[in-house]
Amino acid sequence: MKLSRALPLAGIAALGASAAQAETITVATVNNNDMVIMQSLTDVFEQAHPDIELDWVVLEENVLRQRLTTDIATGGGQFDVMTIGTYEVPIWAERDWLTPLDDLPEEYRVDDLLQSVRKGLSHDGTLHALPFYAESSMMYYRQDLFDAAGIEMPEQPTWQQVRDWAEQLHDPANQTYGICLRGKPGWGENMAFVSTLVNTFGGRWFDMDWQPQIDSPAWQEAIAFYVDLLGNYGPPGASSNGFNENQALFSRGNCAMWVDATSAAGRIYDASQSQVADKLGFAPAPIAETPKGSHWLWSWALAIPASSDAKEAAREFITWATSQEYVELVAEEKGWTSVPPGTRESTYENPSYQEAAPFADFVLNAIQDADPTDSTLEPNPYVGVQFVGIPEFQSIGTQVGQMVAAALSGQRSVEQALQAAQRATQRTMDRAGYLD
Amino acid sequence: MTTARTKPLSSAEPGQLAQGSSWLGALRNRRLWLGVLGWTVACLIFFPIFWMVLTGFKTEAAAVADPSLIFSPTLDSYAEVQNRANYLHFALNSVVVAFGSTLLALLIAIPSAYSMAFLPTKRTKGTLLWMLSTKMLPPVGVLVPIYLLFRDTGLLDTRTGLIIVYTLMNLPIVVWMLYTFFKDMPKDILEAGRMDGASTLQEVLYLLLPLTLPGIASTGLLAVILSWNEAFWSLNLTSSQAAPLTAYIASFSSPEGLFWAKLSAASTMAIAPILVFGWLTQKQMVRGLTFGAVK
Repeated sequence: MKLSRALPLAGIAALGASAAQAETITVATVNNNDMVIMQSLTDVFEQAHPDIELDWVVLEENVLRQRLTTDIATGGGQFDVMTIGTYEVPIWAERDWLTPLDDLPEEYRVDDLLQSVRKGLSHDGTLHALPFYAESSMMYYRQDLFDAAGIEMPEQPTWQQVRDWAEQLHDPANQTYGICLRGKPGWGENMAFVSTLVNTFGGRWFDMDWQPQIDSPAWQEAIAFYVDLLGNYGPPGASSNGFNENQALFSRGNCAMWVDATSAAGRIYDASQSQVADKLGFAPAPIAETPKGSHWLWSWALAIPASSDAKEAAREFITWATSQEYVELVAEEKGWTSVPPGTRESTYENPSYQEAAPFADFVLNAIQDADPTDSTLEPNPYVGVQFVGIPEFQSIGTQVGQMVAAALSGQRSVEQALQAAQRATQRTMDRAGYLD
Repeated sequence: MTTARTKPLSSAEPGQLAQGSSWLGALRNRRLWLGVLGWTVACLIFFPIFWMVLTGFKTEAAAVADPSLIFSPTLDSYAEVQNRANYLHFALNSVVVAFGSTLLALLIAIPSAYSMAFLPTKRTKGTLLWMLSTKMLPPVGVLVPIYLLFRDTGLLDTRTGLIIVYTLMNLPIVVWMLYTFFKDMPKDILEAGRMDGASTLQEVLYLLLPLTLPGIASTGLLAVILSWNEAFWSLNLTSSQAAPLTAYIASFSSPEGLFWAKLSAASTMAIAPILVFGWLTQKQMVRGLTFGAVK
């Protein structure tokens, strides 16, 4: 008797419990500083949204990229929110792998997002991912060394000037090297930088018929310049230095100049992480023949895969994590230099941010100025400043990156390296059917 | 120690006695050199692990600075690592998956190795080689088919799924090792058992298994270690629920920002259980690996 009465009750209780149970969304993200902060603010989000729980999968960039690609291409549905970049968004959106984000709530203020960033994350005029942070590239230099040598930084430095200064300031005996640049091979490592250098020297990856242009005079000139500059006035073993290694070198005071991501500014301006925080100068990325494509545009964005079964909750989360409210939350918890940069105009209009981050204007200008649809002197058929927005580019970029690194380390001459790179790219494009 | 050992050699008289003692000395010398060589190799192998443990106690800035043995140790990285991910969740998954897959592999491999060792056919050798050849296929080659199978059977991000994959992955090695151990066992003992009326099951349970236990134990240990360290499938087939320690380590590596100290701390914590386990079972391991070698 008792039992038969208790059973339906237990059933009702179980029903109630499952209704009150929060929906769990799985967020896949990269292990970068800004994302680590986002993860640490999980509690704040969950308190404001008691019906949503967050599950995190944090992975290193390359591992994550491969993991997400497998999942999204097979419709695995393992993730509800994916952290992807400007390279993936248009390619994946074209294949209908991402949920279009067209009816965003008014309070999200989509117009506040920087135009160039928004453009990079759109396909057919519709946003397919929301920018979490964005970056361009710029030049960092040591104000104290420049002052001592009597060099004044112009508003827009040229690469020729940079070479002269590097020669003047190069002092290997005291472990101060003229310039630090990326040398580690990879489409997202050395080729991100090298592509901008080639752009400003007047080169491009492909002509309008998708014919590779790597053996063109502009490439020759740019790579010869790069090998001479970094080989003669760079740190030893430069061909194995990536972003991280250069950041460590620069913040220990080993480089007079460094051209790299604007997102490093917050860290090298933070005295607890950098020994050069009080001797820091900022300048736009140097130019040569043309200002076009002289600095890159990259943004890490949050997208909802079409295979997610919790799209509403996922949208709730990504609009929170990319909102102005979130930027202010980070400022309050971690300080203004830690806020995710490069996404919203309102961040740059904020006087507190301007005061805390003297580099803010350079970053904003660089991002606004970068145009992924018009990044080379001569016309090209692709979207992207430091990459080419086609699926084949990952392998092309990495292959060419290895050739450039071989030229830098002296294993091949510049000419040989570029010829080999041209042949390899030609083969890949041929097989992929671009050159039919 | 060295001087004490070489002393008799230097003070030896010429003649017959000297010849004998120089021979003895040479032998001792050889043992000494072998000892030195052994230690050198051991230190070389251990050095990266030692350096990793050391780096885990450094600050991020000290970890990328010039290598130095002198620094003020800090537990910051451990605190940060624990703060960001729940170690126990990952460790439990690793334990369940590594031991689960090893048990399953042994359950399948013991009968099959038994039949191949004691009832061989003309295709046994070929079958064995074919099994081993499956290990030569790069795992990424079958990633997409396996991923699709897992998606359709709902095995993605489950421990059961990982146990199945690890079992399949280790099975060839486990069968091979057990086969060699079983082959070394005299058939007469099993025959004697059969004479006394033992069934096949009794034969395996009461004769074969107890006699080859060291071999089975070391095979099992190897399978546990291989599953524990496996990173490709665990990263690709899990997301949050079933992710083992390899995924935990992977989450602390980064191409942007400093991470060496945190990565080292996470790695130290990830290898600690298996290191202790290996240490405790060292005797079994050595006995198993040299089993039959001195017959």
